[in-house]
Amino acid sequence: MLSMNNFFEKSDISRSEAENIVSDTLSKCDDGELYLENTKSETLLLDDNKIKNSSYNSDLGFGFRAISDEIVAYSHSNEISKNSLKQSSENLKSTLKSVKGTYNHEISKSNKKYYDNINPIEQKSLNEKIKILNEVNNYLRSKDNNIKQVTANFLGEQKSVEIIRSGGESLTDVRPLIRFNVSVMLEKNGRKESGVYGVGGRQSYDFYLKDENWKSVCDEALRIASVNLESKPAPAGEMKVVLGPGWPAILIHEAVGHGLEGDFNRKKTSAFHNLMGQKVASEGVTIVDDGTIDNRRGSLTIDDEGTPTEKTVLIENGILKNFMQDRLNARLMKTRSTGSGRRENYRHIVLPRMRNTMMLSGNQTQDEMIKAVDKGIFAVSFGGGQVDITSGKFVFNCTEAYEIVNGKIGSPIKGATLIGDGPSSLKEVSMVGNDMMMDPGIGTCGKAGQGVPVGVAQPSILINKMTVGGTKL
Amino acid sequence: MVKDQEFLEKKASYCLGLAKKLGATESSVIVNNSVSETVNFRNKKLDESNRSDDLGISITTYIGKKKSSISSSNLLDDNLNILIEKCVETTKNTPEDEFNSLPDKDLLAKEVKDLNLYDDTHIENDQKIDYLKKLEFAASSDKKIVNTESSFTQNKSNFILANTEGFCAGYKTSSFTASSVTVAKDEKSMERDYDYSSKCFFKDLDDAGELGKQAADQTIRKLSPKKIGSEKIAIIFDKRIAKGILSTFASAISSSAISRGTSFLKDKVNQKIFSDSINVLDKPDILKGLGSRNFDREGVKTDTLKLIEQGILKHYLIDTYNGKKLNLKSNGRYGGTSNLYFENGNISFKDLLNSKSKSLYITETIGHGSNIVTGDYSVGATGFLVENGEFKYPINEITIAGNFKDMFQHITLANDLEFKYATNSPTMMIEGMVVAGK
Repeated sequence: MLSMNNFFEKSDISRSEAENIVSDTLSKCDDGELYLENTKSETLLLDDNKIKNSSYNSDLGFGFRAISDEIVAYSHSNEISKNSLKQSSENLKSTLKSVKGTYNHEISKSNKKYYDNINPIEQKSLNEKIKILNEVNNYLRSKDNNIKQVTANFLGEQKSVEIIRSGGESLTDVRPLIRFNVSVMLEKNGRKESGVYGVGGRQSYDFYLKDENWKSVCDEALRIASVNLESKPAPAGEMKVVLGPGWPAILIHEAVGHGLEGDFNRKKTSAFHNLMGQKVASEGVTIVDDGTIDNRRGSLTIDDEGTPTEKTVLIENGILKNFMQDRLNARLMKTRSTGSGRRENYRHIVLPRMRNTMMLSGNQTQDEMIKAVDKGIFAVSFGGGQVDITSGKFVFNCTEAYEIVNGKIGSPIKGATLIGDGPSSLKEVSMVGNDMMMDPGIGTCGKAGQGVPVGVAQPSILINKMTVGGTKL
Repeated sequence: MVKDQEFLEKKASYCLGLAKKLGATESSVIVNNSVSETVNFRNKKLDESNRSDDLGISITTYIGKKKSSISSSNLLDDNLNILIEKCVETTKNTPEDEFNSLPDKDLLAKEVKDLNLYDDTHIENDQKIDYLKKLEFAASSDKKIVNTESSFTQNKSNFILANTEGFCAGYKTSSFTASSVTVAKDEKSMERDYDYSSKCFFKDLDDAGELGKQAADQTIRKLSPKKIGSEKIAIIFDKRIAKGILSTFASAISSSAISRGTSFLKDKVNQKIFSDSINVLDKPDILKGLGSRNFDREGVKTDTLKLIEQGILKHYLIDTYNGKKLNLKSNGRYGGTSNLYFENGNISFKDLLNSKSKSLYITETIGHGSNIVTGDYSVGATGFLVENGEFKYPINEITIAGNFKDMFQHITLANDLEFKYATNSPTMMIEGMVVAGK
């Protein structure tokens, strides 16, 4: 098997030959690189009392990119060989035909690393992992007689990347990533409801599982399902919404995050493209996108173009300050890369993407927010969200929510979609809590068919007006 | 060029042989190769070109009732040796499951019919560029259009599925896909919409000019939308949204959701779950069909199923594992449906629009608001208010909600079915849903 970061060991092409092809292909281009990737990943799934799936994937390939002005030429293949690389080089040259740019050799450097060079898959034996999954199943099924289904899974990955730039400069990174999920389904008096919870990040399984920590993940999934079993139809219409801390920050991700990605703003297709320096959120609202938090799911030592990541301030005290940039969009918008250039894998081109998107704490309490609401909802947990960056409209789906009546939390309500308008919704934030929390490490963001791991964080917030998509008029 | 049958078969038989030698009692393997070329345009200029050449292999090994699998994009023999050894080793250490097995031999496909799924035509990048120029010209002719992005992809794929029961078959498929995404702007709003065409054969692809014009028209008519109040109202789903409701139905009758008890349609076979007039078919042998196939991803023969007959559920979508668990035979639906569609209703599109004095016509939904455990449905939506058969004005920032159990019983279909995707529906009206707005 190929050892990490030696992509040419088993190939008929040497590193220096590959470097020459890269330099030759990109000499008159504005930018570009050869991106090499080797990923090993595993899935272990317990479902319906059985180990349903034990699988292992090994994925190797390269993506060769050449950029001239606004035009991107890309070619990828699984075969790291002389023929394949030459064929890709020809593809790029034939697309770009006559190029007359100057390659930008400048790329910032940093020695900081935000996770260890480990392979989580090898750190724990198959038998140990199977044992924990069985314990999860037994623990949950013995806890509640209404449990009709338990699903639990481990996902582990080690991704090794190398970026070779024109002139032979090489940048490397080895990225561990794990995730542990539990989902339960309850049935009582003919009614079925489910609850899902998970944890993960860029470190070993043991960090999340030691001292029977997995029990708290099970308890949370069961708690959400139990709440939903008692839920009544959600209301329909505009009302006040209190969001809990942590994972509900997918509101931030959808409402403003995507709209602040460089590509949509360069193309002027984002609802935010002409709002730089303007007030886009209430005073007291500060939002950052941070790739530098140790071991978080959305953190990266370098992005997929080799730029070290950073903490980028997007909105400061309500004012729009920065977009998230990759090298291409930064060059065309005459600014610098924020280390936000990411791709799902070597099959895909780089796009500016989020890392860990966070709204920072204010100084109010969740209690004060609930008390300030006569009629509204309190949303604690979410499934996912989506945005139309052009119209600015975004949605997210509650999986645990309660009604608020006269300043008090009332009955749980059924899952419902909440819809709002990105550029105006953050102006409706009237209280920002002092309880900022990171999500548990489960987010995957989709854009242009590419999924990348991300994180979100926020304190509790009160939004004055959002439309709740329930069925009760 | 996409790899030929001989290359893929050689890899497949190498893997089956090695797995057996290392101690697997049974095994199956899929080897595939896919070569795609895409050209993207933006605002009438070349924006991106992308060529991809993807090889993949996935192997499942059994030792008695124990099972494990591996997949890789690296098909070099020394890599395969390591992976298959790992797979067999993992299989030994994975607990038994009595339902694990290859498909019953008598259910495997015996013949591979030519369904006309491969067009050997190669569209050079210059031809793609000509098509996109024409498309972008049409898409940007109205000055309200401020951004156009379009794309042309040619894909050629080939695969082999083989198992130790002697099954070994595969075939080439092709697809040619063009899309146009446009952004329109006026003083009050900015909106985006799209159109799309995908065909097995290049000559069947929609005309570039038509496609661009359609995308632009659909975008411009969305400008200056209003938000409406919350109410119970009849909803008409555009075909491109109606097909999503059919897909949700398909996931709710998958044998895995049924055997796990996590579907609102469990135990509903031979019961009436749709309105009387509704028929749903899954027909795998449509010539040039985007979902057409001879067998499923386990090699089981795929026949036409009438899933819903006069509103009554007749079949689940069954694979080998879940079939054994439910004591039912696989009907070749590992990996889902083929060409799934609602049969036409008996009312024209125009009459459907006219059937209510007021209704909402939905052209786009956002969010993942379908819950197949409970049947609850709640999504964000964009569309138009329809009064007395006329489109009055565009609407956005609303949600629509209901429960599939009720929604299915209140469906009226128009007679305008066309085969644009693998899953297709005529225009659909559902009564009794709730809109949340102001």
